[in-house]
Amino acid sequence: MPIKKALNISIEHVSILDENGKFDEKLGKNLIPDEDVVRLYEHIILCRHLDEVAFKLQRSGRMGTYPENRGQEATSVGAVYALEGKDWLVPCYRENAGLYLRGLPIEYVLLHWMGDERGNQIPEDLHITPIAIPIGTQMLHATGLAWASKYRGDGGISCTFFGDGATSEGDFHEAANFASNLDLPVIFLCQNNGWAISVPSSIQSSAPTFAQRGVAYGMHSVQCDGNDLFAMVKVVREAAERARKENRPTFIEAITYRLGDHTTADDARRYRDADTVEAWTKKDPLIRLRKYLDDRKLWDDKREKAALANAKEAVSAAVKRAEEIEPPKTEAMFNSMYETLHDELILQRETMRTSSIGQNPSEIDPAVSLHAQDTTD
Amino acid sequence: MANLTLVQAINLALIQEMEEDDRIILLGEDVGKNGGVFRVTEGLWQRFGGDRVVDSPLAESGILGTSIGLAMAGLRPIPEIQFEGFLGPAYDQICTHAARMRTRTRGAYTVPLTIRVPVGGGIHAPELHSDSPETIYTHTPGLKVVMPASPYDAKGLLISAIRDPDPVIFFEPKRIYRAFREEVPEDEYTIPIGEARVVQEGEQITMVSWGASVIQCMNAIENCNHSVELIDLRTIAPMDMQAIEQSVKKTGRCVVVHEAPKTLGLGAEIASRIMEHCFLHLEAPVQRVAGFDTIMPYYKLELDYMPDAARITKAVEEVSAY
Ligand SMILES: Cc1ncc(C[n+]2csc(CCOP(=O)(O)OP(=O)(O)O)c2C)c(N)n1
Ligand SMILES: [Mg+2]
Repeated sequence: MPIKKALNISIEHVSILDENGKFDEKLGKNLIPDEDVVRLYEHIILCRHLDEVAFKLQRSGRMGTYPENRGQEATSVGAVYALEGKDWLVPCYRENAGLYLRGLPIEYVLLHWMGDERGNQIPEDLHITPIAIPIGTQMLHATGLAWASKYRGDGGISCTFFGDGATSEGDFHEAANFASNLDLPVIFLCQNNGWAISVPSSIQSSAPTFAQRGVAYGMHSVQCDGNDLFAMVKVVREAAERARKENRPTFIEAITYRLGDHTTADDARRYRDADTVEAWTKKDPLIRLRKYLDDRKLWDDKREKAALANAKEAVSAAVKRAEEIEPPKTEAMFNSMYETLHDELILQRETMRTSSIGQNPSEIDPAVSLHAQDTTD
Repeated sequence: MANLTLVQAINLALIQEMEEDDRIILLGEDVGKNGGVFRVTEGLWQRFGGDRVVDSPLAESGILGTSIGLAMAGLRPIPEIQFEGFLGPAYDQICTHAARMRTRTRGAYTVPLTIRVPVGGGIHAPELHSDSPETIYTHTPGLKVVMPASPYDAKGLLISAIRDPDPVIFFEPKRIYRAFREEVPEDEYTIPIGEARVVQEGEQITMVSWGASVIQCMNAIENCNHSVELIDLRTIAPMDMQAIEQSVKKTGRCVVVHEAPKTLGLGAEIASRIMEHCFLHLEAPVQRVAGFDTIMPYYKLELDYMPDAARITKAVEEVSAY
């Protein structure tokens, strides 16, 4: 018996607006109208500014741990731009820019990192699931959400965002396997930013691409420059079409870079050298987009100044809304536990200020309030 | 002797055990070059090299499952799960394999591993970085569960855990990782697993706690008019019932304090055992001061959730007035 090749795979890498601002006219033609490029550029400016403000809020004790998005904005912005409002966005925590583009008010994400569950109370019809802290878990939800869309025939699909590190979790593999074998309209958008906290992506995969992880599950897989807004729009559009028309999932590896620390609790200088980071700052999506706009006379310093001024205004208004929200009441931790609270929980809630645990309602002493700073009445 | 934080005491124990026993391998997310997100393994990768201090792929089931294999092969793995909230993916390997291996093979295979896990709330961390799941693992036969409340105990207990022939979950209360320092002997020493510590003797009320809550208990006792005997369990499974029994037979009153939710928290087990062992000595029902039966709230409300000195004091008053 001859030995034959069982499989030949090749994976395309898509780049349209490269790091030097060179634009592939053929691939990029009619991809994004000029006015939208301007709008998305302004949007990224806003998100970048928000990132800086959030960082400072953490440093000055006004917010808890915060993961910077800096440098990765084009990935989620391009994806969300290419999707429809009815499509589910199933993020992890580094997609602020895409979520805001969909319409999530900025203060929601701020509230989340300020330790307030109301930041997860996503307004109806945005089709955004809350930030996912446990790595890798949300891809299965995206698969289920897509399954529901297919079942209902509502034409929706879902797009889940995750990191290079997340592809090591078993849940990722289960999600990819379900989506492919059950023909579900899911886009798996892997943001390969080189790192999972201090661990380089080479520890997560020793294969030449992350994209081939999708191939292993029989789905179309593609790699692209994640700092290239145009490439992102192209690959996500194609994936969305594949999902909508054929109910087939796609794996996209978007190559980007985490320019900041993992979170404000991290110090990346401990494990990576400044030169690599420096090299990547030159590949910042904002720099190349600015060049694109300049080349086409769509932009100038005056507009840049105005965009930044608008960003500052929007962000400080959002910070104000996040900080001025009334403090949560202690009761809040009970109130959304179930649709209907059972007796024990009600007892604990009603007596928490007067009893050590709340099981001695007969001994309630109204004079004793252990939580005087948080009276609800 | 050196004046060490809990983090430093654990770091020292790891270094000394690794120097002595080359079967020990550390593995987990960010434990290598970065020294762990809490810096508990700081300097170990540099000192012992990448073969013994291993930055693993981001997969808790993988970390635990391979640790089981390493242990079955006679090594002494010390896997780290970065936060207790991420024990989820590892749960299967811990409970369906590590805990059961000895019994189901009638001793042909054993799993001597020490699973290090930062635990508990109070540090303003994001979601799933503040839980107290010790009951779940205590309710799993086959595991030992340890939670020190001081640097001295941390070092001695960790060394015991590493040398223990069975799987041990070593919970590190992150709220007190750096909260205070304590004299810790340079030389190696062990604290037996399963032995509680009487933190402070007293006559009127027994208070039982473990982990960071022990510090809240001490705060409560400081401003309390009653003579309270404080017992730090140190090991949760197996539990030192003798220490509790001895104390409760003397005081007749007991308050149990834990961060974990009240229902089926260890307070329930302790109260029940006190009934079994000390019923005729009791002057009052055992009182629990615990987390509420809610999801651990995000940090704006976490201090409302966790037992603090005020709630503990209230319990002391309720129990002594009974
Ligand atoms: C299940 C789980 N394990 C560990 C962690 C701790 N943790 C938070 S982020 C992170 C790295 C994630 O890396 P990656 O998936 O590449 O995303 P990135 O942060 O680079 O965007 C780790 C280990 C977690 N949140 N969840
Ligand atoms: Mg990453």
